[in-house]
Amino acid sequence: MHASMEGRGPSMEAPEGAAFQFLGVTKSFFGVPVLREVSLSLRPGSVLGLVGENGAGKSTLMNVMGGVLRPDGGRMLLGGTPYQPQEPGDARAAGIGFIHQELNLFTNLSVAENMFIESFPTLRRTPAIDKRRMAERTREHLAQIGLDISPGALVETLSPGERQLVEIAKVLAMQPRIFIFDEPTTSLTAKETGLLFEVIRRLRTRRASIIYISHILGHVAELADEVAVLRNGELVATGPTAEYPVPRMISCMVGRDLKSIFPPKASAPQEEVLLRVEKLSQPGIVRDVDLTVHKGEIVGLFGLMGSGRTELARMIFGVDRYERGTVRVGNGLLPRGDPRAAIERGMAFVTENRREEGLLMNVSIADNIGLVALPEFARAVTGHLRRRRLQEATAQKAQELHIKATSYEAQPAKSLSGGNQQKVVLAKWLLAAPRILLVDEPTRGIDVGAKYDVYTIIGELARRGSGVLYISSELEELLAVADRILVMNRGELVGQFERSEFAEERVMRAAFRQGDEVRP
Amino acid sequence: MNTESRPREPAAGGGARDPGPAADGPAGPGPSARRPHARLRRLGRHLLLSEYFVLYLSILYMLALGPFLPQLFAAQNLADMVSNIWPLLVVAIGQNFVLITAGIDLSQTSNMALTSVIGAVLIVTSCDPVLFSKCPLWGTFLTEHGGPLAGMALGVPIAILIMLVIGSLIGWVNGVAVARFKMPAFMVTLTTMMFFSAVAIYLPKSENIQNLPHAFNVLGKGRIGPVPIPLLVGAGVAVGAHLLLSRTLFGRRLYAVGTNPVASTISGIPTARIITRAYVLAGFCAALASVLYSARLEMGRPTLARTQFIDIVGANVIAGVSLSGGKGKITWTLFGVIFFVLLANTLNLLDLPFYSIDIVKGLVIFGAAFLDVLRTRAAAQGH
Repeated sequence: MHASMEGRGPSMEAPEGAAFQFLGVTKSFFGVPVLREVSLSLRPGSVLGLVGENGAGKSTLMNVMGGVLRPDGGRMLLGGTPYQPQEPGDARAAGIGFIHQELNLFTNLSVAENMFIESFPTLRRTPAIDKRRMAERTREHLAQIGLDISPGALVETLSPGERQLVEIAKVLAMQPRIFIFDEPTTSLTAKETGLLFEVIRRLRTRRASIIYISHILGHVAELADEVAVLRNGELVATGPTAEYPVPRMISCMVGRDLKSIFPPKASAPQEEVLLRVEKLSQPGIVRDVDLTVHKGEIVGLFGLMGSGRTELARMIFGVDRYERGTVRVGNGLLPRGDPRAAIERGMAFVTENRREEGLLMNVSIADNIGLVALPEFARAVTGHLRRRRLQEATAQKAQELHIKATSYEAQPAKSLSGGNQQKVVLAKWLLAAPRILLVDEPTRGIDVGAKYDVYTIIGELARRGSGVLYISSELEELLAVADRILVMNRGELVGQFERSEFAEERVMRAAFRQGDEVRP
Repeated sequence: MNTESRPREPAAGGGARDPGPAADGPAGPGPSARRPHARLRRLGRHLLLSEYFVLYLSILYMLALGPFLPQLFAAQNLADMVSNIWPLLVVAIGQNFVLITAGIDLSQTSNMALTSVIGAVLIVTSCDPVLFSKCPLWGTFLTEHGGPLAGMALGVPIAILIMLVIGSLIGWVNGVAVARFKMPAFMVTLTTMMFFSAVAIYLPKSENIQNLPHAFNVLGKGRIGPVPIPLLVGAGVAVGAHLLLSRTLFGRRLYAVGTNPVASTISGIPTARIITRAYVLAGFCAALASVLYSARLEMGRPTLARTQFIDIVGANVIAGVSLSGGKGKITWTLFGVIFFVLLANTLNLLDLPFYSIDIVKGLVIFGAAFLDVLRTRAAAQGH
């Protein structure tokens, strides 16, 4: 249908017996093309690693395949015959199993109920649900992926990793021929990730086709037979994994050779203490935490999931309450449970979770950026906003942080890619010129290029004299970014490392210390 | 600002700028043959997705009924309709503030009834002992010579001020319960509705309080120059509310709180205070509407606005104000109110018995709400 297919990107003449083919698929949002004539085929019994920066079009492509979105142009072939899903149900019926990035489980229902939510097994000739059969079959499905939990357990009691595995088991139970895994490992522990990889390899030996999407390029290299790289909606490279080692994947993704993944360190700590936390305690969550953040310093806070690092930041900022201890900004005591007081004293908090706590998703980029600093643009008595000045300030901040959008005023935050969304959250706080910045997992789920930008933004803030408490579960990034790393383990600070003492192994050992169940 | 997402974007993005053939596909045969049809469809889509949809719907409705109801266009009828818009607009605007916070204020109707009664008791010039001697206010607040402010120089303005303060206080009680104590808005305002409507009936023992001074009654039908006073009040409230929502710190924060209260709190917005203020504004607007209604009826009425709740919320929702918060504009409320006034007027002219009025009204509102769902869906697909 499109003669331009050849020559544009890699050659994609239909291989014999492809399980699935995209032929010149295009799609635009808000007039911006997100997929430009993507042609790609998937072989049976192989794993295709699909990589690209956030906003490159991976999820859109998969949503087109899964029947969630309809393409603007192009065709798809399933086993050689035309395939036009009108809704997700069509894709499912056609044997395409889609494991979404967002979990689609009902947390108030049990594992078994979630597995069979679409068609409950019933007792013969009655509408009554056959609970025993449901539990049995659930147990079988869970065993397939090596998950040992009770079918009756409520999903809300499961860990994020277990929930992800349940989601995967649910899709496996439908016995599709083609699987789409969209960032399946973000919430998995190392052990669970291993289980998942085993499952994927087993699927491959059964001649299933798998599309595996991940930002963790190491995983892609380990798992995939072939790699396809998307950039700005275009398929820029595809080939056997052996020809695409991780550095080559990265340079294809960003379209330039990154000197390194991290920008050079530009800041250095000074004498003055900006934030001083003393004996902060909340039973069952954190115990006797002491910490300081100096002017110009980036303090890394490392810990495993559930170590209490997020909770600690929330208490310092006043979102959550604490029983004992003090938080001082400069010399002033910060009242408990009062985020507004924290903001007034120059504190900012980039939360772990930008959709729920960081952004107004349906609201424009400009209005999101203006949210915190808004009072500065209002006249005293009437509250009348100086709108031109506000508009200029938000636009300037957006440009400064290279937020990619067609219109800051009209485009809602939800239309942005993850990396750009995170930049909007940062812009919102930077507009209020914070002295102390708390950031919780600022680079989670965003692409290499956006990560680089986030490191640069935070480094620049520290260079200008702000103090940063930087929470992350990626040790590599803390080693690159921080002046000092604190390690948290079960609600307590158990280690402190100056930059001169940075070594991955030592920090890890501290994080896993006294780990009875968890061993490194 | 931040509320325009639904109706505007698709119109702007999918309308004129679109190159057209994208929708028809590359395989489309002679495009000229399909043009008029496509243009008509695009126009229909534009109308359906427009911010003015409810206004168009009202005009269409009026034109469709015209041949059967010639009285509809009579000068007196049109004037009646216009005069019915203002009090409803005022109270519906108050509701809009609360709806933006993802709340609801069911108590506005009893707020109106209670302030109507209290205002009338204060300024009534004479009372019939036969009717009122059994009421709890007799002898203290009410005598044969009327209420405590009767005949006083500034009696009427003071009474109005008291009505507005009481209305705002009722709103404040609702707001504090919802925002500080985190009680569900539905339960809070359902109970305050019950409570205050009972008080409104108890105070005058369910008698209408007539014989109000001319200085008060003139607010209902009087004019300043050629302009009816209710129009001035209604337009003033509408303009003020519009500016408040679109141009002030409070307005921006109100939308933010309605969109995502958690993110708002973390961003330093005094969420509880903003929500409380929305309920106070709803109470204030209810009391102001009560002034207009009571003056027009020339009485304090313990059952004022009893059945009006559907109009107040319906006018907002039909025009696109979302019950899940974060979305609402004053122009939408105005269009919704026009639609409801028109509906009530035409059903009256049809001379239907009162029960069938409600049956027809129910069906029409249901239909309009259904259309609204359709256009929301169409807007979502336009992206």
